[in-house]
Amino acid sequence: MTPARAQIGFFVDATRCINCKTCEIACKDFNDAPVGRRIRKVRSFEGGEFPTVFAYNLSMSCNHCEQPACVEGCPAGAYSKRAADGIVVHDPEKCIGCRYCTWLCPYGAPQYDAREGRVRKCNLCVGEATPVCVAACPMRAIEVGPLAEIAARPGSTIALRDLPSPELTRPSIRYRVRKEAQA
Amino acid sequence: MNTNEHDRALVDRRLFLKLSGAAGAGVAAGGILGHGPPAGVAAGSGTRIVAVACNHNCGGRCHLKAHIRDGVITRISTDDSPDTAGRPQLRACMKGRAMRSRLRNPARLRYPMKRVGERGEGKFQRISWDQATESIAANLKRVVERHGPASVYIQYATGDCGAISGHAAAQRLMNLMGGYLARYNSYSSACLSYTAPFVTGYRDTNSYQTLVASKLIILNGFNPAETIFETNSNYYLARAREAGARVVVIDPRLTETAATFADEWLPLKPTTDAALFVAMAHVLIAEKLCNREFLDKYCVGFDEEHMPAGVPAGHSFESYVLGRSDGVEKTPEWAAGITGIEAHAIRNLARAYGTLHPAQLLQGLGPQRHAHGEESVRAGIALACMTGNLGVPGGGWGGGEGGRRLEIPIGGLPTGANPVKTRIPVFLWTDAIVRGTEMTAADGVENGPLPSNIKFIFNLGSNTLVNQHADVNRTVRILRDEGLVEFIVVSDHFLTPSARFADILLPADNSLERADIGVPWSGERYVVFGNKVVEPPFECKHDYWWLSRVAERLGLGKAFTEGKTEEQWLEQIVGDARQRDPGFPSYEELRQRGFYRKDPEEYVAFEKEIRDPARHPFPTPSGKVEIFSKTLYDMNRPGIPGVPHYIPAWEGPEDELALRYPLQVHRAALQAADAFHLGRRSVDGRGRPAADVDQPAGRGGARHRERRPGEGVQPSRRAADAGARDQARSPGRGGHSARRVVHARQGRRLPAGMHQRADQPAGHAAGARQCAAYASGGSEEGLGK
Repeated sequence: MTPARAQIGFFVDATRCINCKTCEIACKDFNDAPVGRRIRKVRSFEGGEFPTVFAYNLSMSCNHCEQPACVEGCPAGAYSKRAADGIVVHDPEKCIGCRYCTWLCPYGAPQYDAREGRVRKCNLCVGEATPVCVAACPMRAIEVGPLAEIAARPGSTIALRDLPSPELTRPSIRYRVRKEAQA
Repeated sequence: MNTNEHDRALVDRRLFLKLSGAAGAGVAAGGILGHGPPAGVAAGSGTRIVAVACNHNCGGRCHLKAHIRDGVITRISTDDSPDTAGRPQLRACMKGRAMRSRLRNPARLRYPMKRVGERGEGKFQRISWDQATESIAANLKRVVERHGPASVYIQYATGDCGAISGHAAAQRLMNLMGGYLARYNSYSSACLSYTAPFVTGYRDTNSYQTLVASKLIILNGFNPAETIFETNSNYYLARAREAGARVVVIDPRLTETAATFADEWLPLKPTTDAALFVAMAHVLIAEKLCNREFLDKYCVGFDEEHMPAGVPAGHSFESYVLGRSDGVEKTPEWAAGITGIEAHAIRNLARAYGTLHPAQLLQGLGPQRHAHGEESVRAGIALACMTGNLGVPGGGWGGGEGGRRLEIPIGGLPTGANPVKTRIPVFLWTDAIVRGTEMTAADGVENGPLPSNIKFIFNLGSNTLVNQHADVNRTVRILRDEGLVEFIVVSDHFLTPSARFADILLPADNSLERADIGVPWSGERYVVFGNKVVEPPFECKHDYWWLSRVAERLGLGKAFTEGKTEEQWLEQIVGDARQRDPGFPSYEELRQRGFYRKDPEEYVAFEKEIRDPARHPFPTPSGKVEIFSKTLYDMNRPGIPGVPHYIPAWEGPEDELALRYPLQVHRAALQAADAFHLGRRSVDGRGRPAADVDQPAGRGGARHRERRPGEGVQPSRRAADAGARDQARSPGRGGHSARRVVHARQGRRLPAGMHQRADQPAGHAAGARQCAAYASGGSEEGLGK
């Protein structure tokens, strides 16, 4: 796939994330998403042996991957990757509800809605001045910016203990995480 | 966020605008994505944005914006004023953001109802508002005539925290009818509020803005990550940590606060906080890390040389710690056996506290919410003095968090004076039902005796009737007996466990369905205004509305309303605030803007007492911090001695019951549990995680704290697991006990979203990871799905 001219992506500071799920609910409110359709999710991970244990939280929606499996695998052509900024957009009008994308995406981004019979996912709030999750986070832990810039930030990483290999789809997201969470 | 970061964020935002604008330009005509304009773009095209408020009871209040198109709320957003380091936005948490789902929830009460089955059975029949207000007026009149006004009790309620709340309106009505049985204390901070004034004269806390100056922050039973507590509390904590503060969290659970902020987590056994503190004091003394100069200058009772006259030798705090008074030296090894924290960890913490200056000790509400909860409060202040941290920016002692003397002076609906001077401690209201007239000063009754037992209860926006209170089985037995309480009126949004015990059950409106004002109590200086943006559904009404009608039927209509609508009361409240604070905006300005906010202040509690003790003595009998309180000593109550002691809690880890019952219930007030009664239902009955559930629940009282076992505000002897019985029978029904977390003493972490269901074995049986899977809906939550 041709790389975007200026891929943008998420920067999530997991060292700040308190798992309050405000991003998740604000996203749900903005997208009128019913119960079960979690376009953005905060997941909790933990490890260690008592009493030396740790836990951390990752907020994630669509990672607007540089090599998006959904775009390649969708038989209906509902997915496209914008050339200018690399945002992966899903067009529900074209979606046939086959759910291939929900199997292909390593991050669980596409959310199938049985009532609608089709998928919805994060389109990065295209049209909004600021993505809703970014404006909502009480910890100011979610940002959006050029991938090249956020990848160069100190502590920025994508290879995490609990995430699939970034080599699969080259996700446009970077995290700041505690050291135990790094792969 | 520091200034650089903030600037960067602004750059990001501008860049993003540019990017999205450029990308969208080519396809703007057909909508960017070719399927119509995305939701939210419509601002300016028929969408109005109106200020509303999240007026639930955490320590903060939040500014919300309702986006309204064709009379329907299409979206909720929050503060979008400039987000600066000195004045961070008042960003609402998920409770406020979920307001739409609460408003339109199908489980909301719709019509006034009367009980048709046994009391508590939950069987009701729809009636008209006329019938409801007639029944309330007739029963109120009958009860007051037969038993006197002191037989009427207005239940502790925090479900509606507006300026014109139901419980305030009920107090106003009762004061016109001769009064009501008043209460004092709180379910939140009884031990703290009672105890702290004996030590420092009054209760106060440094503002969150000062955290950034701390080198060490000790969070003891304080869990803002799960309870939010105040709009920006977690954000300030994160910034303090990023500025270099070391954070130690003392909590039985690896809370989200511990997981996110802690450099070190000390999982102590519930109720043993005071033992830990006393042992830390031992280390400070033994290793000569005490700030003797501070103690000598500002405190009494630390050592034998600074004791009030008339007290025999051996009663100072130092004598207790070193075992001179009781032969038990309170070493870290002694505390290790009690607290479950290893001696070296206690030593390290004490050394850190004694050497890293300034250091802030923030105590949450949980450690004082059990038997002898007074002691950890007093021991905490003693430690802050031993390390010279009182009255210092970045230092300080935060008892129960909040209670800072910073609030903007704004009142609420005037309630008038209560002609009944008798007061009971809030926790003994069930006793006042069964043996009120026999209660004495020893029970904490003020201006007694009670002329009557409680016969009539208003329970408005509260789940205290059942879920909040301890020993639910006993409470339920008492409430069921119609020969005891003769009439119970409940208003709520949902059929909570408390609402099931109503004789008349009334559907309440929501804060977006009326105009109201909200005031935070944790110390940030702002008020929020919520406009009425939608009509209440069905026959939901504001408590003030139906109480006015009850007043009318009792011939008190004019006296009750003074001819004013709710909005006119609000205008009066704002007018009064303007007299006290010239900067306070006009009613119209406030309504438009949605909040009035003063710049956050780097406020240091007890600063003046420390800076100039001659001119500003502590308002205690000695004018100093009373580590030894002669007042308490003279009371001669073994439960609250002259200096702070560790006293084992009944039903605590040292109780012999622990041999038979090795697991201890430790109720966690998870944020989702907050959401449960503050705004949303945390769980849909199938174990889905909180954030994916759009169902709200009872608006009953708020929770923002850890609960400890044996909970109960002294002087009760009943240990608590509030709501457990009820919840086990009806999971996900109402009230805030959905989160009865059961876990092993060692405090294995249960992730937010974990809760015990009635049909599920306790979470501790499973591994932590299994718990996580279960809590988040089992297989559905795999990464690949």
